Amino acid sequence: MADLVWLIPAFPLAGFLLLLVFGRRLGDPNAGYLATAMVFGSFASTVLIFFDLLSKPAEDRDTVVTLFSWLPVGTFQVDMAFLADPLSIAMCLFVTGIGGLIHLFAVGYMHGDAKFSKFFLYLNLFVFSMTLLVLGENLLVTFLGWEGVGTCSYLLIAFWHSRESAATAGKKAFVTNRVGDWGVMLAMFLAFSAVGSLSYSVINESAETGELAASTASAIAMLLLLGAAGKSAQLPLYIWLPDAMEGPTPVSALIHAATMVTGGVFLLTRINPVIAASYDWVPTTIAWVGVITALFAATIALAQNDIKKVLAYSTVSQIGYMMLAVGTGGYVAAIFHMITHAAFKALMFLGAGSVIHGMHEEQDMRKMGALRTVMPITAGTFIVGWLAIAGVPPFSGFWSKDEILLFALADSPALYVVGIITAILTAFYMTRQVIMVFFGEAKWTSAANEAEAPEPAEGEEPIETHDAHGEFKPHESPPVMWIPLVVLAVLAAFGGVLNLPKLFGIPSGVSYELEHWLEPVIEFGEADITGTWAYDNKYILVAIAVAAALSGLALAWLVYTKKRIKPWEPTLFANGWYYDAAVSWFMGTPGREGFQVVTDFDAKVVDGAVNGVGVAVKEAATEVRKGQTGYVRQYAGVIGIGVVLLLGWFVVIRGIL
Amino acid sequence: MIAAIGTSSYLLLAALLFAIGAFGLLVRRNPLIMFMCIELMLNAANLTFVALATQLGDINGQTAVFFVMVVAAAEVVVGLGILVSILRRRPGATADDLAELKG
Repeated sequence: MADLVWLIPAFPLAGFLLLLVFGRRLGDPNAGYLATAMVFGSFASTVLIFFDLLSKPAEDRDTVVTLFSWLPVGTFQVDMAFLADPLSIAMCLFVTGIGGLIHLFAVGYMHGDAKFSKFFLYLNLFVFSMTLLVLGENLLVTFLGWEGVGTCSYLLIAFWHSRESAATAGKKAFVTNRVGDWGVMLAMFLAFSAVGSLSYSVINESAETGELAASTASAIAMLLLLGAAGKSAQLPLYIWLPDAMEGPTPVSALIHAATMVTGGVFLLTRINPVIAASYDWVPTTIAWVGVITALFAATIALAQNDIKKVLAYSTVSQIGYMMLAVGTGGYVAAIFHMITHAAFKALMFLGAGSVIHGMHEEQDMRKMGALRTVMPITAGTFIVGWLAIAGVPPFSGFWSKDEILLFALADSPALYVVGIITAILTAFYMTRQVIMVFFGEAKWTSAANEAEAPEPAEGEEPIETHDAHGEFKPHESPPVMWIPLVVLAVLAAFGGVLNLPKLFGIPSGVSYELEHWLEPVIEFGEADITGTWAYDNKYILVAIAVAAALSGLALAWLVYTKKRIKPWEPTLFANGWYYDAAVSWFMGTPGREGFQVVTDFDAKVVDGAVNGVGVAVKEAATEVRKGQTGYVRQYAGVIGIGVVLLLGWFVVIRGIL
Repeated sequence: MIAAIGTSSYLLLAALLFAIGAFGLLVRRNPLIMFMCIELMLNAANLTFVALATQLGDINGQTAVFFVMVVAAAEVVVGLGILVSILRRRPGATADDLAELKG
């Protein structure tokens, strides 16, 4: 059964190929339904394989399926092989499951777009690449998927490429990711030179047996951290993700919240024995990168007014939590948070998409308000997502975030404090968003009318699908859009049952399910925190986490609903600590000059040497060819003189005769 | 009879003939005359071959002469053919007029 693992990528690949040939003919909405069906087909095969693995004993739950030998180059052997193990199947379950729901949503969201079938073509290609990334048995197959998702991300961010900002954002995402990819490539070279294989089983085993030197392991882990920082939008490479919101909202939900951006965390989890075999500062670095990114992005999210930008920075922040978990050895917590985050963040992005759709392409939260009255389903499901991300029990985010903070405290109190501050900020900015969008007074009656009428800048937006021009009223989205919202809301609400702790009298039969499931993959790298103060005082931690969430909520309520406190949204935060601007300045001014120097060196020195030789030969030839007068008698004379001189030399100087 | 005249006389004559040919080739501009000068030089070489072959009693020198004569005949055929076609196009052209290959 698990031999059929190739079906998981095969379905979206088939969808991609079918859409490539018949996409235009199928058109709107059938192309979308075909793509959706393919992703759900992939989901169904994942479920089958999941149950097959479940029926086996824990230690037998990994099947390698080799399709063909990909690169047989002497001792360098790479197979196109898939690994079906608890980690990859857990990833596939949520990638294809949530991906399918987002596809379904997109059928409604993209309705009427001129490039409807092309959108689903890219989307299916993305799911194919993502499943390759997750299922790859060696670094190279993963890297193929890694580059594939990067390409799809580029294509989809720049989907409305006639819009200048979208085209630029696509390029920015692609270029920033190249920096990370460079790290992954170097890590692959290093791994191959160290252990002679790119297969995860070989690399991890050599790390477990201590065959892999700590220095090499550290270098591999740090290079992969660079790759993860690029793909998972961590400091210092997070800058592309907020701009990636230029893409259609389902893309933001699927690629830039739920799946692709967790690729970096996945990769680090996959090679967890290598991190465990590294020097101690390596996991510490990972944890600090994560927690600082989490705090940094959360502060920026406080002052954003674009509904999608808030969610984008929130995504960066939440992935920071996952990195924190990876760095502190809480791999289960990282994957747990990845899954719950995929559910609630996809839910909120789709909710935001529904709002944008209902508000006729308006994204500014200052022009919204009181939308719960006109969009009850969107509002209800969004509120579930909000409670989940804020960490309010018993919603899913509470359980996963709590687990991460537990590992953080077991590792270092400083990490824990930053994590808790971030948790308060998270609750605060998400509450701010919910209040601005769904509560308070409706600002769209006046604001939207002026946005509707005289702004020709909106003309470049995707084709307006509504008849309701002139008379403006936000409306609830069609069922094809709200059904995925409801399903995701259920997942976001109850996702916590995957990995309940042994607290509050929860029986051991249903607790730590995810941990038991992932145990064969992560047991080497997972930190043992039993016996630490944090482990023994879990109830205090839970109380602090709940207090943090509720205080964030209450504070935002006081500020934005009661208006007791003046909102504090410094421009420093609104401008993202000027980090993006600083990078742009750096790359634009000294960076550009530096590159100019390199270009000049190439043009003048390297090309100059090559061209110089050519010019010298040409000049010399111009002089030499003047000797060719064309007078045959002169040639004869020169030959005659030459003969005389030669003979003279032989006779007089050499003395022959 | 032949033996009465020394080999050196033959060589002297050959050198003289060669010098006349070489001088003619360099100073005359009429291509036909230049051709004749070349023939003169070739036959000077032939004379040297024959004279030395007789003196040394070696038949190889005389064999070489036949080769030279055959080559000279072939050369004349080709050379005169080219010459005729050039003069047909450009009557009265001298060797110096034919300097199209000037660098």
